[in-house]
Amino acid sequence: MADLSIDFAGIKSPNPFWLASAPPTNTGEQIMRAFDAGWGGAVWKTLGDPIMNVSSRFGAVDLGTYKMMGLNNIELISDRPLEVNLKEIYEVKKRYPKHVVIASLMTETKDDWRVLIKRAEDAGADGLELNFGCPHGMCERGMGSSVGQEPKLITEITSWTKEFARTPVLVKLTPNTGDISEAGLAAVAGRADGLSLINTIKSIIGIDLDRMVVLPRVGDGSTNGGYCGPAVKPIAMHMVAALAREAGITVPISGIGGISNWRDAAEFIALGSTSVQVCTAVMHHGYRIVEDMIEGLSEFLDQRGMKSVNELRGAAIQSYKEWGELDLGYKIVARIDDQTCIGCQVCVTACNDGAHQCIFTGDEEKQRPPHAHAHGPAKPPRPFPVGLIAGARVPWIDEPECVGCNLCQLVCPVPGCISMVEVAGENPHETWNDRTRDGRTKLPGGIHD
Amino acid sequence: MGTLASSLAEGRAEERLPDKKPLLTRAEAHAEAERCLYCTDAPCIQACPTTIDIPTFIKKIASGNVRGSARTILEQNLLGYSCSRVCPVEELCAGSCVYEGWGREPIQIGRLQRFATEQALGEQGLRALYTPKPRNGRKVACIGAGPASLAFAGTLALEGVEAVLFEKRAVPGGLNATGIAPYKLPAKEAVREVEWVLELGVRIEHAHVGEGGKRGAELLADYDAVFVGVGLGEDSRLGVPGEDGPGVVGAVDWIEQMKLDPKANGPLGRVVVVGGGNTAIDVARECAQLGATEVAMVYRRGRDAMSGYAHELEGARKEGVRLVEQATPVAFLRDPAGKLVGVRLARTEGGKPVAGSEYEIPCDLAVLAIGQAKLRAIAAEFPGVELDARGCVVVDEATRRTKNPKVFAGGDCVNGGTEVVNAVAEGRDAARFLIAEWSK
Repeated sequence: MADLSIDFAGIKSPNPFWLASAPPTNTGEQIMRAFDAGWGGAVWKTLGDPIMNVSSRFGAVDLGTYKMMGLNNIELISDRPLEVNLKEIYEVKKRYPKHVVIASLMTETKDDWRVLIKRAEDAGADGLELNFGCPHGMCERGMGSSVGQEPKLITEITSWTKEFARTPVLVKLTPNTGDISEAGLAAVAGRADGLSLINTIKSIIGIDLDRMVVLPRVGDGSTNGGYCGPAVKPIAMHMVAALAREAGITVPISGIGGISNWRDAAEFIALGSTSVQVCTAVMHHGYRIVEDMIEGLSEFLDQRGMKSVNELRGAAIQSYKEWGELDLGYKIVARIDDQTCIGCQVCVTACNDGAHQCIFTGDEEKQRPPHAHAHGPAKPPRPFPVGLIAGARVPWIDEPECVGCNLCQLVCPVPGCISMVEVAGENPHETWNDRTRDGRTKLPGGIHD
Repeated sequence: MGTLASSLAEGRAEERLPDKKPLLTRAEAHAEAERCLYCTDAPCIQACPTTIDIPTFIKKIASGNVRGSARTILEQNLLGYSCSRVCPVEELCAGSCVYEGWGREPIQIGRLQRFATEQALGEQGLRALYTPKPRNGRKVACIGAGPASLAFAGTLALEGVEAVLFEKRAVPGGLNATGIAPYKLPAKEAVREVEWVLELGVRIEHAHVGEGGKRGAELLADYDAVFVGVGLGEDSRLGVPGEDGPGVVGAVDWIEQMKLDPKANGPLGRVVVVGGGNTAIDVARECAQLGATEVAMVYRRGRDAMSGYAHELEGARKEGVRLVEQATPVAFLRDPAGKLVGVRLARTEGGKPVAGSEYEIPCDLAVLAIGQAKLRAIAAEFPGVELDARGCVVVDEATRRTKNPKVFAGGDCVNGGTEVVNAVAEGRDAARFLIAEWSK
């Protein structure tokens, strides 16, 4: 079994799976159940001066029958007295000394930060996470994302906290910003020991069309909330990767955003995360999901011959390039497996309306569209494939016209039925940057032609 | 519920049989609709005799556009509500669903269609979605008020044509009202759909067309076109000793009484059903569900030769129906008082009885489901209308026009007896042809 333990800026954790600061980390009782289930760490629901919350608080986007593809919330930081939270932190750390408890903090003045940090560390927190990300409610009061959107404030407040902190300071970044690198570099400039990202995305989750009221509805209105869950994962991964490959980011990253299983976690780690934080998936399915995350990641590492999760960290970063560095000569085309095709022909419509008009049906030659690059009619394969399941309904690819866009494979409901196969391309193996260097960026048919 | 539907008497046997595929809840319909792959050139559309754009109506259910969903259904099939409950979807749309080949449950298309039509039409019927155009002076007559005529009349009524249905029965709706297995569509629901069509401005005259009634010549004189949708005639008989008398009845007759006549609601005892088609299976299943002590289906050939659907036979067997293959009645046995007590069967070879192989089984009721006579006399009412060798009305495939240019025909009297949805397609096509003709 591969070693899943990590060292995050000096914080040792039995595995990289932490609960993000959110409702699942609201109380000590919950966090102890989470640790029993296998979670390596938990970032406590943000501490500060207690607040008042509203009812309701959450809204979601479903995709078909899949519930909570995206979740949005307008809940604020902890509404419990600080002393109660601190007592529970003490209790949890006493009972679970090897598990990580990080105190998420949010307050305003330098003196507030000093007192809050001292009290959290005295209670036994292994580290601190500065909540510069919350995009609803708290930001209206000059906290949360209103800090995270101002690089100068990030640096300033981070350096205050570093004056007082004895434990590592993580800065949690908001995605509601133009350039995540700027925010990350600002935190490092303030001597942050680590970065957590992303916090939630400013969002309106929906409208109750019967009442004409924004959701989640609080009486006759609502407010913008923070968006998270599987839907935000690609946005989060881009931001994590952007920081991971930024030379000035020298501190570990805790990846957050739509992580629901070990695969998601492996992707975040491959993009440079040291730990990962989970919220929505636990709100959906409970603490129990960590069992599969631990087992699945271990199996994956074993299969890859990796002895430690540390070997996975950043493994995919070198493949994340600028567009200008991509190989213009690389060429793939779609192939449809007539043994597994079910004949739904969803790919046919997708290609015809949404891509490059190169998938046909029927065993006769077909007229190509007038804009086709290849000459003459599209020719069906010979002998014409008779599908094991779909019979004569198996579509075929007009390969000379296929640009290898993947769309057919993406819409095909049958796993493995459509594969993208590498073929000899017409273009040489060069990049746009190569062409730029050689002054060959002008293509025929331009603005001045 | 309108007056026609509520005029059906209480205490009919069919009321004892529960709906086998009840209306889906909104949540169930949504979940099922979301499963649809939205195929291109979908096989389910091709399998539907009325070519309803099934993936489109299903996607509209998924989005919550239930009225739009019903419109998609009804624009191709005005009787989409009854068809959703009556159609053998296992053999048609759902049977061709690509999920089937993938080894997954096909989409429950019939139940989704019922959800869309029942939810959208509700108490208001077709008028919830459609307003007929003002009358344009054209008039058509339909003979029979079954699905073919209703589709013909309704389609034309929407276009402003005055349509009159000439129906000899008190209860309109044809086999939808008198012949469909109650666990699929009870008579009240069939009649409710007839009322929806009547609300488009279609009128019913309770009259027999033919000798002693309304004559074809009058219809030809009074109307711009006549549609013949008379269905089929009397149940066929075997012609064996003991057949005449109480206890031996035709299947179509028996089903009609079970559905409509409160007097035909007694205990059933031991039942023998003769035949291997869907009518025979329907009767057998109905008897089994109504509490018959024993139900045996007697068929003169093997199971593979049966014209009844495999899924229906499977249903019958699950309900306890016994299938007696390769056998045929050679006599019905009666006690001295004339009461039916049994049937003498002979084993068959090639469908013919083998001498010396006779044996007897006891029964209290024998139902003959071996076909129906053709209503040949109707052709004689209209000069030029021809019948084929089977006695079916000859029409042009595309226009449904008979050899008399003013007379059209559809449904069982043309196709010899198929599904309700085929009758609807035929009535609709005739109407569409006339609409195109009259707009020239």
